[in-house]
Amino acid sequence: MQAFDYASARTVDEAVSLLAQHGERARILAGGTDIIVQVREGRRSVDLLLDIKKIPEVNQLSYDPINGLRIGAAVPCYKIYEQAEIATAYPGLIDAVSLIGGIQIQGRATLGGNLCNASPAADTIPALIVLQATCLIAGPQGTREVPVERFCTGPGRTILQRGEFLLSFHLPPPQKHSGARYLRFIPRNEMDIAVVGVGASAVLNEAHTRFVSARIALGAVAPTPLLAVEAGEILAGKEISEENIQRAAEAAQAIARPISDMRGTAAYRRHLVGVLTRRALQGAIQRAKKEA
Amino acid sequence: MSKKVQVQARINGEEVEFLCEPRQSLLEVLRDELGLTGSKEGCNNGNCGACNVIMDGVLVNSCLVLGVEIQGKEITTIEGLAGPEKLHPLQQKFLEYAALQCGICTPGFIVASKALLDKNPHPTEQEVRYWLAGNLCRCTGYDKIVRAVLAAAEVDHEGRR
Repeated sequence: MQAFDYASARTVDEAVSLLAQHGERARILAGGTDIIVQVREGRRSVDLLLDIKKIPEVNQLSYDPINGLRIGAAVPCYKIYEQAEIATAYPGLIDAVSLIGGIQIQGRATLGGNLCNASPAADTIPALIVLQATCLIAGPQGTREVPVERFCTGPGRTILQRGEFLLSFHLPPPQKHSGARYLRFIPRNEMDIAVVGVGASAVLNEAHTRFVSARIALGAVAPTPLLAVEAGEILAGKEISEENIQRAAEAAQAIARPISDMRGTAAYRRHLVGVLTRRALQGAIQRAKKEA
Repeated sequence: MSKKVQVQARINGEEVEFLCEPRQSLLEVLRDELGLTGSKEGCNNGNCGACNVIMDGVLVNSCLVLGVEIQGKEITTIEGLAGPEKLHPLQQKFLEYAALQCGICTPGFIVASKALLDKNPHPTEQEVRYWLAGNLCRCTGYDKIVRAVLAAAEVDHEGRR
């Protein structure tokens, strides 16, 4: 592996100033499951790996039904699914964090790293988008907050500017009669990269007959994960029916811009978007009914 | 070359101190600096699990941890499992069930299985299979490995460390 320096920041200011000083030559080290491999394999060259795990803000993990969920960017996946209260409140997020890699990866890999690595196929991003998660970003000018769906700008590229890094996520508390589901298609049971991933969330009326609102997000079918705006809007106020779910699935298919590669052809991926959107919506509805 | 960093950690119950370059992985530190060659390098990118160690109670791939990151941490490697007199029940059952051929993946499987039994002393077969999904074996297939882990889970807790 190429030589680089290692620094461990203890405060947000310290990290921001090191990042501002080194620019693109510095990268954040949280769980290391992507960055260490990229540097080792020569896919990325760095002067400095900046370990943020000693900064208190990136280790927060707190939930309450009024304020929602705050997850520090460096919290590993297993800590999220091991907290019963969080697992109960956000099963759609648990779907995603519990299927990334194997147990060894879940012990280190973080939500923040999954987002900042900006893979089009990242499993947690569609789940975060449908749960209306926002990112808190620290930088030389203080902090700013952006919705997750605006964070990635291309494969491996994000909106982070010089000196900035991702501090934490905020998820609003789950509404009554709401549910979410993330599904990915892979050709085996475990340990693979999504051919397509789809997240869906739904808020239902009290009688559980209609959608109040819905959100659908797609992974691995465009240069970045996508919020399928129209697919969600089609369902607002509509009756829960096979026809309406099918219309939403078709709207999701319409915005997919997949490529053909070793994991699947573009046509196959577009077909999967339809299948997974229907199934993820049905899963979200089922969970919403249980939240009565 | 970057300056070497001095690191102190607790490995298999012993305080150790070593110098390493920031680019050295924990796996390289264990094997090349500390002479603990039980942890194996398989893929060196987090797919195979041959380098598994337990870090502060959490199963990790030591190829995906930097040596400098273990400052103040507690690490258990395959060398830390057997007692002075006898093997760990997992090691014993891997032998009894012939759950290995070439042996490269074995330390990783055993360390991963220990992490499972520490957390879930009586796992179901499905739980064992999902837990070990991040460990690859190219010789035996997985069935004997799964049987060995389930058998080790039946051994008295007294027999386990």
